[in-house]
Amino acid sequence: MDDPVIFIANWLKNLLIGWGLSQGLVTLILTVIGVVVLASVLLLLDVFLVWVERKVVARFQDRFGPNRLGPFGLIQPFADIIKLLIKEDITPIGADKIVYNIAPIIALATVVALWGVLPISATIYGTNLNVGVLYIVAIGAISTLGIIMAGWASNNKYALIGAFRTVAQMVSYEVPMVISLMVPVILARSMGLKDIVDNQIFWYILAAPVAALIFLISNIAELGRAPFDLTEAESEIVAGFHIEYTGMKFGLFYAGELLHALTIGAIFSSLFLGGWRGPGAEAFPIIGIFWFFLKAFFMYWVIMWIKYTFPRIRIDQMLNFNWKFLTPLALVTLMVTAILDKLLPHQNLPIYTLGMLLANLVIVWVTLQILRSGARSERMRVGEPKPVATPPQPAPVTSQSTPGATQ
Amino acid sequence: MLNDWLFIGVFLLLAPVFPAAALLIPRLIAPRKPNPLKMQTYECGIETVGNTWVQFHVQYYIFALVFLIFDVETVFLFPWAIAFDQLPLFAVLEGVLFILIVVAGLVYAWRKGALEWK
Repeated sequence: MDDPVIFIANWLKNLLIGWGLSQGLVTLILTVIGVVVLASVLLLLDVFLVWVERKVVARFQDRFGPNRLGPFGLIQPFADIIKLLIKEDITPIGADKIVYNIAPIIALATVVALWGVLPISATIYGTNLNVGVLYIVAIGAISTLGIIMAGWASNNKYALIGAFRTVAQMVSYEVPMVISLMVPVILARSMGLKDIVDNQIFWYILAAPVAALIFLISNIAELGRAPFDLTEAESEIVAGFHIEYTGMKFGLFYAGELLHALTIGAIFSSLFLGGWRGPGAEAFPIIGIFWFFLKAFFMYWVIMWIKYTFPRIRIDQMLNFNWKFLTPLALVTLMVTAILDKLLPHQNLPIYTLGMLLANLVIVWVTLQILRSGARSERMRVGEPKPVATPPQPAPVTSQSTPGATQ
Repeated sequence: MLNDWLFIGVFLLLAPVFPAAALLIPRLIAPRKPNPLKMQTYECGIETVGNTWVQFHVQYYIFALVFLIFDVETVFLFPWAIAFDQLPLFAVLEGVLFILIVVAGLVYAWRKGALEWK
């Protein structure tokens, strides 16, 4: 039994060829249908995500969350959407109208476009692009552009400050993200996400836990969620880049952020948690969809857990953490992985994975030692009496006169 | 191979259509009653003062420069990472040496105080 999606695609292909259409046209039509179906499913999922987010937040904060409309409040997001759709759309005076209107479209469209290279199951995937990892980095960077455009075009100082902070943050965290992405690329010898998932007999989180952690942290920063939500710090700059947005335009930013969080979960699970791999997924590819979304939603939940646990950090702490900790750590991990890959036996996967895991544990131990000694010297420095804190001494009264005065 | 890029092209063309459609619906059904007070910049609730598009901190520029070094470096490293099977140990060590040279740049920027937020 072939899986249903491939079956439908083949049936449609034969039907269209039967109608006498040329091969190229049939490919184009099937591609367009595939894109429309994938994007529609994603946007429906996005509506569902609003409910998931609100429900999980409520549980973290010891509340119930939406529970009035429909079973478990499931109809609530649809009510929200109807409300957003009938809100008046206000463009403030002095805003750059074209940029202001394009920004929310870019913010959501780029996130949807990321799914073009993600393998949802063994047979269902957009495309196995041979530069898939680079595609993810590139498209992810464009979603940052949407935020910058929104902040710049709003004619609002707080929005502009939010956009500046976004630039500093995204530009900085791009570096450890790209470097940690290189570790699974080395392990799989390919940049295509389908190849990376196909090669994960053992999940790469076993062979590269440090790289996985760096990737997760830097992606949360790219997403602009707590503890890295300086771009929309409501206690300092009101709401950051989307202060002036109303109605559905604000809704698109919100939907884009939620879908981006799930997308990061999906990318993480494809790179490090084996993607669609799970019991029965190879025999019946349709089961792979279940495993894929299970892992993606688990990582989404982890991201939410982090968001509702940690307080926001300052901008200097954010940049120090990136440039003085994450980037050197990512570079060391990359170098250790590259050298060990040549030394360890490639055919013997358990030994190979175990060696990589041990090397990662050594990296973690050394990092903790360095952090510990750094923290100790910092405590000593803070503990010392500060010169400014001492009360000003009265000038000593000198009994001897200066040599010049005696003569 | 060409089909891969066809899919990406169609995807990138169609992806903005869905959000754009979502913005089109309010145009049809939402009320439109603009007045000068409503169209004011909200900012933080009180009237805005002065020009919005101000000069920004030079520190952002320095971070952008450091970022550029590392981004170009990673573009060079991705082919190295893919071709790992064909590379002898010596070539791998050369790649590591390349990374170390860039690390020297990071240490230099660190020592110069370019990574301090002032």
